[in-house]
Amino acid sequence: MKYFGPPQLSWRFIPVWRRNFLVWKKLAGPSILGNLADPMFYMLGFGYGLGSLIPQVGGASYMAFLSAGTICYSTMNSATFEVLYSGFSRMHVQKTWEAILNAPLTLDDVMFAELSWGASKSLLSGIAILAVIWALGLQANWLLSLWVIPVVVVIGLTFSAMGLVMTAISPSYDFFMYYFTLVITPMVLLCGVFYPVERMPEILQNVAAVLPLSHAIDLVRPLILGHIPTAIAGHIGAMLAWAVVSYWLAVGLTRRRILK
Amino acid sequence: MPIIKVRNLTKHYGNTEVVRGLDLDIKRGECFGLLGPNGAGKTTTLKMLLGLIEPDAGEILMLDQPIPLQARQARLRIGVVPQMDNLDPDFTVAENLLIYGRYFGIPDAVINSRIPSLLEFAGLTSKADTKITTLSGGMKRRLTLARALVNDPELIVLDEPTTGLDPQARHVIWQGLRRLIHQGKTILLTTHFMEEAERLCDNLVILDHGKVIATGNPRDLIAAEIEPGVVEIYGERVDAWAEQNGAAWCTRHEITGETLFCYTHDGTALIAHLREQCELRYVQRPSNLEDVFLKFTGRELRDV
Repeated sequence: MKYFGPPQLSWRFIPVWRRNFLVWKKLAGPSILGNLADPMFYMLGFGYGLGSLIPQVGGASYMAFLSAGTICYSTMNSATFEVLYSGFSRMHVQKTWEAILNAPLTLDDVMFAELSWGASKSLLSGIAILAVIWALGLQANWLLSLWVIPVVVVIGLTFSAMGLVMTAISPSYDFFMYYFTLVITPMVLLCGVFYPVERMPEILQNVAAVLPLSHAIDLVRPLILGHIPTAIAGHIGAMLAWAVVSYWLAVGLTRRRILK
Repeated sequence: MPIIKVRNLTKHYGNTEVVRGLDLDIKRGECFGLLGPNGAGKTTTLKMLLGLIEPDAGEILMLDQPIPLQARQARLRIGVVPQMDNLDPDFTVAENLLIYGRYFGIPDAVINSRIPSLLEFAGLTSKADTKITTLSGGMKRRLTLARALVNDPELIVLDEPTTGLDPQARHVIWQGLRRLIHQGKTILLTTHFMEEAERLCDNLVILDHGKVIATGNPRDLIAAEIEPGVVEIYGERVDAWAEQNGAAWCTRHEITGETLFCYTHDGTALIAHLREQCELRYVQRPSNLEDVFLKFTGRELRDV
């Protein structure tokens, strides 16, 4: 249990964040395109295609309904991919972390840099979708839709932290497939990205209610559709609880993996 | 006051004791070698010194800082060359130095002012804007060494700095290390190239199974432990020859496969004798650190 003490924080994580930012800057064009294109085409395809069959969902156009879900799942995906695949490269394949740990940084600094970088990169994905929403005029209230941005930060932190747990225990890239098929995809299908959770059998609704993506959508969807969300503190608190527990676990597991 | 003082350092994994009660005293300004066969505990020892793994027992004082408690403070003043190159493949040569310098909290302006001399040291001035992926193995190693100097460290720790390099590249690294010693830096290196240790180290320890089995200056060790000359004799009939003549001609002898190592104080008569044995080939050479190493650690393979 000696590895599972509380995560330590220090400002030394900043140069590592800057390192990741510099790598990203070199490939910013393809990276932004990759972040934006996939969720945008899903949104436009389903939005126009299905949306023409479904006139209204909860008093809004299907496209607007779907766009809010898309922000959340796009942010989730972006954070997850970053800390899983890119994080694993930096930790295991390129041995970037090993080099950093020989400098006056600790593993906790590196982990916090990964967490904050995953959240930063996914913030960009969330904002990119939000920009498409603005461009199409899907938001009901522009000012209210700005509140999506801080929510996206919390979503990014939550899914970065959860992903880091997987990275900590992964022997290879192939391992991440389990996480996608057993965690991420079910979450997308259960938590109301494409349709209201209320349409599901009650047992599935109960499962969805504890999953972090549901809380994300419960905040973002009203903000896009022009209402103030209910139970804001509860939703933020639930996501942060997932984030803190996951991050703590991820730091412990990674210490056990690296510091031996 | 030694720059590194280690007492009774101990580490075990499961039931295997990797480091067993290690003591070290490394003086400021010297080049100190940590020698040993694979699995002797060299890398584990280095990692404990750097505060990357926690010892089970023992004390480490490095640059006046207790380790692992103040490892961060100590690492600010240390440069590390790891066993495997872990340069950042996404960056150019110069960017690698800049990014690494930032980890030490050094302002960009200061790092940028150091980069030209670091590139000069590494012989990579013309490669500043080259991608890492296009560098040769020797260039990568030189850059890794230059990267370890970005914080102008007092102590440089190198884990097998020349493993996998060709002789030319190896000599360039040695030259670089000698320059650093000359500048007054302290160097701690692990190696299993005895020639490397003999050329560079003022003092060394030989580790085996996590324990110090010999310690001292390389030349003194050779003089104290080994007869001054070695004749290596090869041939199918070397067994028979050894049985008949070994004791008579050699002060001490060992057979490995088809090679007889004959340690002597004066090999002249032996060579005269061997000249007449046309089925045996032989090489006469002065004894070296490798002979000391093999005397202590034996000749059987360690990684099987």
